[in-house]
Amino acid sequence: MSATAAIPTARATTILARHSALIRITHWLTTLAFLALLLTGIEILISHPRFYWGEAGNSLSHPLFKIPIPASRASVPTGYGYVLPDQNGWSRYLHFQSAWLLVLTGLLYTISIWFSGHLRRDLLPATADLSWRSFSSTLANHLRLKRPSEAEAWSYNLLQRLTYLCVIFLLCPLVIWTGLAMSPAIASVFPAAVSILGGQQSARTIHFFVSVFLTLFVFVHVIMISLAGFRNRMRAMITGRTAAPPKEDT
Amino acid sequence: MISRRKLITTGLSATAGATGLVVAKNLAQHYGLIPPDSGGLYGPGETLTYAAQRILTSHSMAREFPRSELSQPPFSNGEPPKDEAYRRLQAGAFADWRLSIDGMVARPSTFSLAELKSYPTHSHITHLACEEGWSYIAEWTGVPLSRVLDRVGVLPQAKYVVYFSFEPGWWDSIDMADALHPQTLIAHGMNGTALPANFGGPLRMRVPRQLGYKNVKYIARLTLTDDLKRFGKGLGSASPEAGYAWYAGI
Repeated sequence: MSATAAIPTARATTILARHSALIRITHWLTTLAFLALLLTGIEILISHPRFYWGEAGNSLSHPLFKIPIPASRASVPTGYGYVLPDQNGWSRYLHFQSAWLLVLTGLLYTISIWFSGHLRRDLLPATADLSWRSFSSTLANHLRLKRPSEAEAWSYNLLQRLTYLCVIFLLCPLVIWTGLAMSPAIASVFPAAVSILGGQQSARTIHFFVSVFLTLFVFVHVIMISLAGFRNRMRAMITGRTAAPPKEDT
Repeated sequence: MISRRKLITTGLSATAGATGLVVAKNLAQHYGLIPPDSGGLYGPGETLTYAAQRILTSHSMAREFPRSELSQPPFSNGEPPKDEAYRRLQAGAFADWRLSIDGMVARPSTFSLAELKSYPTHSHITHLACEEGWSYIAEWTGVPLSRVLDRVGVLPQAKYVVYFSFEPGWWDSIDMADALHPQTLIAHGMNGTALPANFGGPLRMRVPRQLGYKNVKYIARLTLTDDLKRFGKGLGSASPEAGYAWYAGI
């Protein structure tokens, strides 16, 4: 867990501990679950690529918006002259199984970062950093695609902290909530969880947008990893160790 | 280096874990928390979903809506059977339609449509959501399935109601929790009229805490059983045989 515990090595570069085993395992389980959820989510979406607001909506109602793709059902008016193959059966099975994996992994992760101090130390912004000046300078560096400084390779900057917090404590809970709100059985137990969102079709629409935001996060995350040094960052998240950069870089 | 102590602790915890799983499985089996399609690749997710929702929904009622929320018009998925036998029955206003009930009942019986309509009815305005993503709200009128089951006298060992459509190859089943639920209807009316043929007339199973495909149209026969292995491929309904989950509360 400690970011400074040096591990002796024969090579010239120093190998340092970066990520704990629990962080690494939950990271890759979440990755696996997310990719399965994304793939199967797209498959399910294809069966009715129309979105509505309120409780109910179907091919005879006015959509909020449509996604201009062909559908896997003949009953959907898409304007295309053909129907895609139906993949909903296994997609739904895998979607919910992956959702369980995501929820259970997420619980394990959240509880452990709470108790290990990772949340307080590495994710919650330091009070000193919570200024507009600090935020805008980090954002400016980020937008200029400036390589992270030495210190930032060991800790997260304000923008990273806010993004991770937003994904962990806002987008993930929201995507789970809106997913559950589409379930008729869950709606019967927690009716308010549906009505607060504006109805079951609203829940479906919000679920779609939150998924888009999560996908954007993953894209940007991978781009940033590549900019910061893909090999070394992957090594840190797989083996838990990372090479200390040569001294002249600092 | 693996120490002897570590080996012993790992061995003990693995044994405890395995025993725990076996105990959990037996308990789940005892309380009817294992779905018939619990085997296979997606069995773990399916079992978690069914067990969790069964525990949560033991006393829950599907949300009911005011008349102002009725979908205008509702969306009918698919067309009524095209075969000669169905058309002949339809031409005779379904006067010769029969619903037979057999299996684990004290008095196997056959009901005509007129008999079923003469029983006290129950109506609810509920949401019907298809697994594809679309939905509509309609008023459903019918005989609570529990009333019909009372008349034939369900044997205490029965665990599931299997229902067969007039259309060959279309059948499904629900557990007793859903079968005896006050909102589960053998529906014969919709939005104030006799149930239209394209919505499943003359009789449709209406299970409002589950998705559309559990609401099988053109119901002609019910069987009570304690073991779904005897039907079809033993997966509980035609849905898992086509790749879809047996339980559709999500």
